[in-house]
Amino acid sequence: MTHRASAFIVVLSLFSFSAGFVQTSRKEDTKQFRVCADPENMPFSNQKLEGFENKIAEMFAKEFGASLRYVWWGQRRGFIRNTMNATLKEARCDVVIGVPVGYDLVQTTKPYYRSTYVFVYRKGIQAPIKSLDDPVLKRIRIGVHLLGDDYTNPPPVHELAKRGIVENVVGFDTFYSAENPPGRIVDAVAAGKVGVAIVWGPVAGYFAGRQVVPLEMVAVPSGKTDLPFAFDMAMGVRPGDTALKEELEKVLDRKQMEIQKILKNYGVPLVDRALGKAISK
Amino acid sequence: MKVSALLVTATLMLPVFMTACTNAEAPRTAADPAAPTDKEWSMPNKNYASTRYSTLNTINTDNVKTLKVAWTFSTGVLRGHEGGPLVVGETMYVHTPFPDIVYALDLAKEGAPIKWKYVPKQDPKVIPIACCDTVNRGLAYADGSIFLNQLDATTVALDAATGKELWKIKQGDYKNGQTITSAPMVVKDKVISGISGGEFGVRGFVTANDVKTGKQVWRMYSTGPEAEVGFTGTDNEKSWKGDEWKRGGGTTWGWYSYDPELNLFYYGTGNPGSWNPDQRPGDNKWSMTIFARDPDTGLAKWAYQKTPHDAWDYDGINENVLIDLTLNGQMRKVLVNFDRNGFSYTLDRATGELLMAEPFVNVNWAKGIDLKTGLPIENPEKRTSSAMNTKDICPSAMGGKNQQPVAYSPRTNLFYVPANNLCMDYEGVKIAYQAGQPYVGAIVLSRPGPGGNRGEFIAWDPTTGKKAWSIPEGLAAWGGALATGGDVVFYGTMEGWLKAVHAKTGEVLWKFKTPSGIIGNPMTYTGPDGKQYVAVLSGVGGWSGIAVAGDLGAEALPTDALGAVGAFGDVGSFSTQGGVLTVFALP
Repeated sequence: MTHRASAFIVVLSLFSFSAGFVQTSRKEDTKQFRVCADPENMPFSNQKLEGFENKIAEMFAKEFGASLRYVWWGQRRGFIRNTMNATLKEARCDVVIGVPVGYDLVQTTKPYYRSTYVFVYRKGIQAPIKSLDDPVLKRIRIGVHLLGDDYTNPPPVHELAKRGIVENVVGFDTFYSAENPPGRIVDAVAAGKVGVAIVWGPVAGYFAGRQVVPLEMVAVPSGKTDLPFAFDMAMGVRPGDTALKEELEKVLDRKQMEIQKILKNYGVPLVDRALGKAISK
Repeated sequence: MKVSALLVTATLMLPVFMTACTNAEAPRTAADPAAPTDKEWSMPNKNYASTRYSTLNTINTDNVKTLKVAWTFSTGVLRGHEGGPLVVGETMYVHTPFPDIVYALDLAKEGAPIKWKYVPKQDPKVIPIACCDTVNRGLAYADGSIFLNQLDATTVALDAATGKELWKIKQGDYKNGQTITSAPMVVKDKVISGISGGEFGVRGFVTANDVKTGKQVWRMYSTGPEAEVGFTGTDNEKSWKGDEWKRGGGTTWGWYSYDPELNLFYYGTGNPGSWNPDQRPGDNKWSMTIFARDPDTGLAKWAYQKTPHDAWDYDGINENVLIDLTLNGQMRKVLVNFDRNGFSYTLDRATGELLMAEPFVNVNWAKGIDLKTGLPIENPEKRTSSAMNTKDICPSAMGGKNQQPVAYSPRTNLFYVPANNLCMDYEGVKIAYQAGQPYVGAIVLSRPGPGGNRGEFIAWDPTTGKKAWSIPEGLAAWGGALATGGDVVFYGTMEGWLKAVHAKTGEVLWKFKTPSGIIGNPMTYTGPDGKQYVAVLSGVGGWSGIAVAGDLGAEALPTDALGAVGAFGDVGSFSTQGGVLTVFALP
């Protein structure tokens, strides 16, 4: 019966709260922390609330003394359009927990972590790979994620193409189809179907930690003329919603240690901004 | 359970935007024995030739100024309404965007009440997988059945009299990015359907299913081994590196035409798969291609690639119009295609020989098309790369023309082309974000071309390859065209105007502001009362022009409204969402 009750509350709240963050309804005294999230994208978020962004969202809702509400949408083209910028103001959310700094569909807070694309390969079987210029990359199968839209390969894949490495690159899509779509690329490494995968750090760290076979993760260093492979990650709010941005930043400061702890629990490879190299798994 | 209940509720409440990933159909000056009488409008583009020409002439250039609304019908759906209704006998069949409702309206009764309504059951998870909008481009009718392609890649046959489901078949899995937005076409005992999802690495195909049972008869792919493409003696796979053809795109979400005499059907394939151009060296066959196939076997007789190794998203699915044309004193059976890349192609439709290729809008990515080789003479400065900015490319990715179908009048020998006047910048260094992963993406910024008007309604002379006249449109003529025996041509604009113009001069004779922006295609029919009617769906594709902007692959355009960077940021100041059919008649 609980699930029926909560569906009912959601319907009510869609109509009884106006846009804006941590709103107080006219009729009720409930504050809401409204988060835009992907329903099936571990380790970031899912509907079972198992992702690290779910945990961070819970922490923030608690800090604000607000109830947590999600607007779910797949994180691909149309994500912001259909969540934060939904036509019906009542159907909108106000915060995206993790977006790269410079993502201009939203206004970003100051970053709260930095991660990088990493090489993932079998420890002890594949000799260490530390650079895109390693000649082994011309010989072994390389798994990469396909991010969907045209011309949007992960940056290391662009740089592989520039180096003429194309034919031995194997794409893995990120659809809802498998149980853990983003994790299949790491399964392929463990199973020896690809010799190495190049994966965004949080995805690699989480799924590598769930393999029986020991896997090595090494940050992909970006050469002088290469695109960046490491990114500062922040929270995103609606452009112009500076008040909310500032409130979030206060909590980011206050809860810095706890946030780092959550990230480490999920195996997110964190990168030191100054050095640009992985400092922890 | 708690969470999924929440998800469903939220999803239902969320408005969805669909874009115009659409196409047009084929005309029929070609002999067309199966053609219905002109009282009816039984195919999305009127006839197998896709001319969108009706001989009805009660409404003419003298009296069209008195045209009045006869009745209206709300579809109950908010998103972008492409395509148009069918009229068969005394029934009108109206389709909607997702959830892809079909209504049968009784034209014999006052106010056209609902005879039946069919609402497919589809998982709402399909909504975010649709590339640009949850559009549907229409229905097919044959032998007492209505055929519908649902967004979740299901084809359904309905009893036209009752709406009862006759059969239902899965063409693909939306969980793998496969959706369908195009209208099916019935040829003999087969229903022919395409597939959408080029943005998600779907490998395009076309499928024939048995009209009576839905059983698959054949399926042919756009890319890959000869046997699977149904086209021998070609170098399909060699035009890709490695096995990139497996996710090679070339989806088939446009309109279909058919020549019964030659027994060939024609359609276009879309942009190559989801890698950046650097990642897929080669011509990437057969993306961006016009195919001529035998409907009995699916085998291709010829294929012509318009944009080899695409770097602009000139998604080549626009309609192919089949007409008989005198060129250089010689009568030719031709196919005319107004492509997204800005060129109008005229080919011999029996052989695929390229006869003419002229720009119909401002084009600078290529200087022309070599008629001997069929290859574009490219301007190397305008070839995009994800690693750098390329400025001022014309036309934009939205195309010299998008999916909205042209019309052709045999009375004037002119094509009526709803066109765009847009150019774009490709910027390669923006931070983007997808499925939890940051990347550095190429961002397309579209803007008005020379003159500042974003659209243009063109009358095009296929004999000379030149404009006869044109009407600049401030926003865009994003709806299809209709030509009539009364020498009145109709078209809709994104502001919501339905306009009637003189077929010979382009003089605007009448216009009416419908409730929402028009991205649908006007049609005409004779009602049971013997009067000629004109009908059009309005229902703009997405607030703030995202319907249009989404078509660019430009999530990065600020989507919320006025003052947006993109070309169509002000759509929302003209009308808002809502699907309405408006039907007009003389008083």
